[in-house]
Amino acid sequence: MGWLKKPASDTQLTHGDRLWLYVVAAIIMLLLVIPTLIVIPMSFSASQYLEFPPETWSMRWYDVYLESPKWMRATVTSMQVGVLTMLLATPVGTMAAYALFVSGHRAARALFMFLITPMIVPVILIAIGTFYAYGRIGLNNTITGLVLAHSVLAAPLVMIVITSALRNYDLNQERVARSLGATRLKAFFVITLPQIKFSLVTAALLSFLTSFDEVIIAIFVSGGTNATLTKHMFAALRDFIDPTIAAISTIMILVSTTLLLATQFLGAKQK
Amino acid sequence: MNSTTDSDMGSGLLNETLLRRQEKREQRALLSLALPSLLAVIAIIVIPVGWLFYLSFIGDNGQLSLEHYQKMIEYKSYLRTFTTTFQVSLLTTLLCILIGYPLAYFLAILPARVAGFFMLAVLLPFWTSLLVRTYAWLVLLQKNGILNDFGMAAGLWDEPLKLVHNLTGTLIGMAHIMLPFLVLPLYGSMRKIERDMMHAAANLGASPIQAFWKVYFPLSLSGMVAGSLIVFVLCLGFYVTPAVLGGGRVVMVATQITAILENQYNWGAASALGVVLLVATLIILFVASKVLKLDAALFGKH
Amino acid sequence: MQSNADTQPSEKPTALPIRIQSLTKKYGKFYALDSVDLDIKSGEFLTLLGPSGSGKTTLLMAIAGFNRPDAGSIRFGDDEMILTPPHKRNVGMVFQSYALFPHMTVAENVAFPLKLRGVSAEESAERVDEALTTVQLASLGARGIEELSGGQRQRVALARAFVFRPRILLMDEPLSALDKKLREQMQIELKHLHEQLGVTTVYVTHDQREALTMSDRIAVINHGKLAQVDTPHAIYNRPANAFVADFIGESTMLPLTRNGSGQLSFAGNLISHDPVSAGDYSLVIRPERLSVIRETVSDPQQTLVFSGTIREFVFQGDTAFALASISDRHDVSFRFATDSASSENSLRPGDPVSLGLNRSDVIIIPRGEVQ
Repeated sequence: MGWLKKPASDTQLTHGDRLWLYVVAAIIMLLLVIPTLIVIPMSFSASQYLEFPPETWSMRWYDVYLESPKWMRATVTSMQVGVLTMLLATPVGTMAAYALFVSGHRAARALFMFLITPMIVPVILIAIGTFYAYGRIGLNNTITGLVLAHSVLAAPLVMIVITSALRNYDLNQERVARSLGATRLKAFFVITLPQIKFSLVTAALLSFLTSFDEVIIAIFVSGGTNATLTKHMFAALRDFIDPTIAAISTIMILVSTTLLLATQFLGAKQK
Repeated sequence: MNSTTDSDMGSGLLNETLLRRQEKREQRALLSLALPSLLAVIAIIVIPVGWLFYLSFIGDNGQLSLEHYQKMIEYKSYLRTFTTTFQVSLLTTLLCILIGYPLAYFLAILPARVAGFFMLAVLLPFWTSLLVRTYAWLVLLQKNGILNDFGMAAGLWDEPLKLVHNLTGTLIGMAHIMLPFLVLPLYGSMRKIERDMMHAAANLGASPIQAFWKVYFPLSLSGMVAGSLIVFVLCLGFYVTPAVLGGGRVVMVATQITAILENQYNWGAASALGVVLLVATLIILFVASKVLKLDAALFGKH
Repeated sequence: MQSNADTQPSEKPTALPIRIQSLTKKYGKFYALDSVDLDIKSGEFLTLLGPSGSGKTTLLMAIAGFNRPDAGSIRFGDDEMILTPPHKRNVGMVFQSYALFPHMTVAENVAFPLKLRGVSAEESAERVDEALTTVQLASLGARGIEELSGGQRQRVALARAFVFRPRILLMDEPLSALDKKLREQMQIELKHLHEQLGVTTVYVTHDQREALTMSDRIAVINHGKLAQVDTPHAIYNRPANAFVADFIGESTMLPLTRNGSGQLSFAGNLISHDPVSAGDYSLVIRPERLSVIRETVSDPQQTLVFSGTIREFVFQGDTAFALASISDRHDVSFRFATDSASSENSLRPGDPVSLGLNRSDVIIIPRGEVQ
């Protein structure tokens, strides 16, 4: 193969010299992707046990999922909480990111670090802390309580995405708009916002996913009719391997892959 | 407006007080945009965690006491939990470096567009629910799971290997989940290394291997340290994967906390453990932030 | 400048004078502006010239309202503006980065200020056309910003800044991103545009040639203070201090000695007959004002003569540049136009040389730090 002898870098190496690296990288990438996707074919198995490849195919486990009031109820809850978290965390995080980025105040940096602490504090601590505090004010097992906690987890991600978008943006545009007669608010909405809208959508999707996939807080704080999908899944995993989980997992993979591709597409468009 | 100059003359410098007042007003308006965020963090993080902090110092008799912390020193089970947590975190981090470095390097030498495609291999798991991935590993690694079937069919081993519900399974699952946290900042720092550096090294007489170890590797170190730190800190508080793949044999701090709450409903003991976890995390991050710029690493993520 | 006021067509915006008083801006202990006083006349083209970090951009941003000073006053005409937010100051502004809105077309960019002012669609279209024609982009209204060259973007930014007929136009190094040739062409165009619009223009640059070419007056700024404010001619020929002499054009500074009767001399040459007050003084010599003298000077009253030795000689095409050491330890540089036959082309290091300086070209400044 002539390709192996072609130079691979600007410094003396050929693709042949680097073959080992390509092989290692390929194996690692397969190891990353396959375990994520393996549940998809398995979810279509007709067997009681998980098999790969399935001997007979069926939609049996999807039917179980769709016909179970428990799973349906949990799915609705997770969707509700995810959407509400997105609607809360995105504007709140964006406002904070914008304010701290523009202000240039001495305290802005410290405040930013403080506002992203939810990323640093171990989630288990937030989970038992909110569980305890919610117990005092009756927020356990409520949608409100879960949305609040998930929004606090998601807002730092929004802040980071929006801050980095603002860094790549020429704030002079907002200044010029103001010198041309726009108020600060108008300059933000007419000039800045349209140019960071893709980052905004990315931030919103991330917020949704953060909530939709969140397990630990959900285990503690959600329950009863407001238990989330992840709470039920976690309970099922600890007890026995239920093929219904494979079907649900497949649906969740589908959701996150769609959202991931959407952000990648938006990211390319932003440039 | 016209009279402001004259009315302000008394205060020393021209318009000084008016300008200062306006500056303050504007800063206040701007910072008030961060207020909802601030209140949310206070309500959901500061107050509840502070509460736990307080609870950790309340003994079983309802008096202020250090008994929960004393138990940690006295009881062997606590020591085992701490050792396991540290061991698992460290091994996961090392595993991630071992696997993540070649992958990040591979991605970094590709043209940006092609790298973007292969990056999906890192991002796809990153975006997939960790519960789903943990489940997938459970299915793959169990006694009559795919890996054992494959290994025995290929004649690699005869008896089913015990790959899950133990440390091995936990490490495999955690490394898989943590890998993106290492690869993304590492890749970011590798991309920043200018090609001219490698040209210069070659020009000065370094072989490709020498150039890598003397120039490229040291320059990629900041990303690697930042990534490793994120992985290590996240591992410390990890709950789901060890709970499922460890099968009760790998008891980390987070698992212990829930066990205490579930079995004894002892808030003081659980809180004390949580406080230790938080303090350990903060100390590591504080020390690290003195050594390297942490926010750069955090922002490199997206 | 006042003379052409009566020739302005009525639709032109009335220009406004700007009066800046004791303007101070501190960053911690660093004074970006240190009690600056500056009067900018109505319709004037004034350039703020200074090295980077001198405070020139800070001053411009303060006039635009993007930078809140710690103290001072800024008046447009009779109106105090110091507390007025930027969107109510009604000044056109061109940024170094142009800051065009990439999500809008050229015409939408230019129409932006008109839309904010509630100008009707028809009138807006008309005025956008007019503005684009003025900057020679008449046919490009529908283009996206990404499709434009650097020079075209510059013109769009300009059109957007004057389309709403502001009475004051501010520009922050608007030409620095362009290549040399385009820059020189735009300098002339901007000057014409200024004459056409008649608005008070404040222009920031660190390029002294640009400042000399375009300005009615130049305000040289250094360390947050005005070093000199005057016409380009005066700034070049009569620098007020060592900083201006050094920053504008090339110069050699020679220390002068003051005798008992207050007269100044250098190496035995009497430089000024009129007595000056006590202090240290320097003689500033522009390289092109020195000439090589072959014969004896015809009028020693008119010409100062320095004799010395050539140390360096560099042929640069249209001119030649040389360094001569005079009075043992002082190097002076001089420059002259070359011609194919001149024997001066053949000066060599070590050659003795006599250099003449016309007494009218003598510049005396108080001795001081260059920086």
